Amino acid sequence: MKTVFEISSPGRIGVSLPDLDVPATSEIPPGLLRENGGKTGLPEATEGQILRHYVNLSTMNHHVDKGMYPLGSCTMKYNPKLHENLARIRGLSGLHPLVPDELAAGSLELMYRLGEFLCEITGFEGVSLQPAAGAQGEFCGIMIIKSYHESRGEKQRNEILMPDSAHGTNPATSTLSDCVVVGVESNEYGLVDPEDLKRKVGPLTAAFMLTNPNTLGLFESRIEELTSIVHEAGGLNYMDGANMNALLGIAKPREMGFDVCHLNLHKTFSTPHGGGGPGSGPVICSEELARFLPDPVVIREDDGSIRFSRNQDSFGRLLAFQGNIGVLYKAYAYIRTLGAEGLREVSENALINANYLKSKLADYFDNPFDNGPCMHEFVLSGDRQAKLGVRTLDIAKRLLDYGFHAPTVYFPLIVHEALMIEPTETESLEELDTFVEAMVSIAGEAVEKPYLVTDAPVNTPVLRLDEVKAVKDLCVVEPVDKGENI
Amino acid sequence: MSRFIPNQNEHREKMLREIGVGEFGDLLEPIPEKYRLKEKLQLPEPISELGLNREFEEFASRNTGAELACFLGAGSYDHFIPAAVDHILLRSEFYTAYTPYQAEVSQGTLQAIFEYQTMIARLTGMEMANASMYDGASSAAEACLMAMRSTRKQRILIAGSLNPRWQDVIRTYLKRDDFEINEIPFLDDGSLDLETAGKLIEGGTAAVLVQYPNYFGLIEDIQPAAELIHGSGGLLIVAADPVALPLLRSPGDAGADIVVGEGQSMGIPMSYGGPYAGFMAASAKLARKMPGRIIGRTTDRAGQTGYVLTLQTREQHIRRDKATSNICSNQALMALANSAYLSLMGERGFREISSQCYHKSHYLEKKLLEIPGISRLFSKIPFFREFVISLPVSSIAFRDRMIEHGILAGLPLVELGEGAMLVTVTEKRTRDEIDRYAMAAAEICGGGTS
Repeated sequence: MKTVFEISSPGRIGVSLPDLDVPATSEIPPGLLRENGGKTGLPEATEGQILRHYVNLSTMNHHVDKGMYPLGSCTMKYNPKLHENLARIRGLSGLHPLVPDELAAGSLELMYRLGEFLCEITGFEGVSLQPAAGAQGEFCGIMIIKSYHESRGEKQRNEILMPDSAHGTNPATSTLSDCVVVGVESNEYGLVDPEDLKRKVGPLTAAFMLTNPNTLGLFESRIEELTSIVHEAGGLNYMDGANMNALLGIAKPREMGFDVCHLNLHKTFSTPHGGGGPGSGPVICSEELARFLPDPVVIREDDGSIRFSRNQDSFGRLLAFQGNIGVLYKAYAYIRTLGAEGLREVSENALINANYLKSKLADYFDNPFDNGPCMHEFVLSGDRQAKLGVRTLDIAKRLLDYGFHAPTVYFPLIVHEALMIEPTETESLEELDTFVEAMVSIAGEAVEKPYLVTDAPVNTPVLRLDEVKAVKDLCVVEPVDKGENI
Repeated sequence: MSRFIPNQNEHREKMLREIGVGEFGDLLEPIPEKYRLKEKLQLPEPISELGLNREFEEFASRNTGAELACFLGAGSYDHFIPAAVDHILLRSEFYTAYTPYQAEVSQGTLQAIFEYQTMIARLTGMEMANASMYDGASSAAEACLMAMRSTRKQRILIAGSLNPRWQDVIRTYLKRDDFEINEIPFLDDGSLDLETAGKLIEGGTAAVLVQYPNYFGLIEDIQPAAELIHGSGGLLIVAADPVALPLLRSPGDAGADIVVGEGQSMGIPMSYGGPYAGFMAASAKLARKMPGRIIGRTTDRAGQTGYVLTLQTREQHIRRDKATSNICSNQALMALANSAYLSLMGERGFREISSQCYHKSHYLEKKLLEIPGISRLFSKIPFFREFVISLPVSSIAFRDRMIEHGILAGLPLVELGEGAMLVTVTEKRTRDEIDRYAMAAAEICGGGTS
């Protein structure tokens, strides 16, 4: 499709602006003016042309409102439409972040109440709504943990332990936090091996970072033992809450021995992913750690008023302002709509849907860690198909032809040819059955007509794209000489 | 079941039979009994769609600050947003998709962000840009880390005239014993103290970071800072205000190596602080040091043009602890808002917005300077959209009195003096609002020093 620069023609404009209604009394000194006669190279097109451009682009996207999106660990559930309207109410969207607190009483109360809800759901006492995404939540959590150790004169603790199945953000966060990653092995059941954890903890342990349920979709059954090992060594336990969709109203991270966790509101709490953001990654922690939370926190005064405050021992600030507030509004709306029983139904149905798919696909794909029920997701291996020359990547691409998004592939790293499938609770039995049919059909094609899979996708706006070429002949901006007005 | 869950009890029973368990509770077998909640969560009773609407209207009505004429800026700005921007954002195809991992069914997002990268690169005068960061401040912090990675030097100099909230974020991201952050002071006229900068740079500095225009709205020539840091083998990072760029010399032309900034001014509502979108642009030689997603153009098996996530070996899901950053989700939809806004505004519209911000802020400044006792701080240097005034009364008291007049007057900067106030005028403020501001200010300051 043509780029927006290629539909551009000098003189066109997509907005009607009022004339300047004040006298122009001053001019910018010539030496400070933009080069090139002031040209920026922005497109020139009418409102209608721009709309048509973006609408045509949009039709090339798969998305939750179109069809199932079983992307493991991403919790692609339905995004309620009302929430989009609510976040756009003028009194919410039009509020400047630096107004005095008393002029923002509505937003502050909403944030305070959301914080209370998240504490209740996880069992913790302290909360920051500031982190913009899960990875920033991880950074926030590790900074809290570092501050805690430092406050106890144990600044040397700089090792973050994590299983080999951890999300990539976990080790990257450790590096960003000036810590060292120490890998802990998984056992034959896909769970953290407590014996290996015992070997790895020590006087340098800052934290054990664990996703629970883990990235295989399995609950860490020996969690009490794991968190105790870390506590006894003087470390703290961090839960990556990416998989919290399995636990709403079912179990609380705090009770399992975790000291701090982040939640992904754009996963568990139905806020839309927006094609890669904005997310929101609130951090929830024990009362003991709350004094280190980032600046600012929302507090309730004795007189009932709610305002921003700064903790004396805060490790600092993560964003210029107080977080992805528009996302918080949507998560609040979700929790208010569902209440306690509704949230539990979310997790119950997420578990049933995942286990149903796992059972239906058991005869067609390998499942190296099938030792009983999974939680909200599960990981298959495409090993059987790979032996026929059909890789997991091919299976993923073929699913696109059947109208589904692909599962998360090649993750976690401990499963060969991994296919990580998370249906979420908002898919119906009928839709799950259609997905099963597609997967079974692809398994059959891999045997009988493998070229159908290896040539896939063919029913998509473009065919399989050359990623190697994209790196080799790097082109990340439209060259200025193409269809140009600069 | 709620309106979000299609499977009813009959479906659940059928599915549990297929799974081979008797009841739902059997699926919880991996969770030790002691951790399974016996009580339901203590949350308010569920509310209807209608009830939730009312609850939100009530919250919104208590945000009285949203009703005032906004002359407050300092990093978030009340700009006009064309209606078409939101119609684009509300396409389910964009907002209910995930990160474009499967490129063949994500060409809409990918091409839109490729175009966004192009617009950001052109506006800043740089060769490339990434697909967005969380906000301007975290983008600035990541730029500092990037500069340290590519120069292998561990000292950063940040201008004292950089937004203090951004300074805080940088200090958080760079909080390590082996990293050094020094502040370059500003002179009495508000400009960067280049002489001190020259001394601080000695002995190995990764980058100098300046804001353009600076926190006080001052338009400084950044080329001398570029020459200074380049002379010692470091990089110049510029935190640029995108709205100023259609008028001002681009940071790239002035010698910047990395340009970061806040995209909120380009089609994103203030929304009490977020979600916004940080942008990051750089010279091509730094591409492989960049954090975050980058979209690249390529071809498919039939030779058609298409777009993919590229240079992924920099990223956390491949490189893990060796990644250039831990960032995963960025602010893709907000970047889309930026590109939709810039497409609609276009070459002429965006320059007009920039120009009106310039003239309207100068109109207010002139009116305020007519009031006895009010002067402009740093008055020797030209400004864009924001300026600092010195009031004959306390700026906090002034702000509070102005609220009674229906005006958010600005941000008190008490660190510059009891009467110092940062005042912002965007194109959205009418002449009538600006005149009302000046009249109310005259009334409040009329009694002389209080």
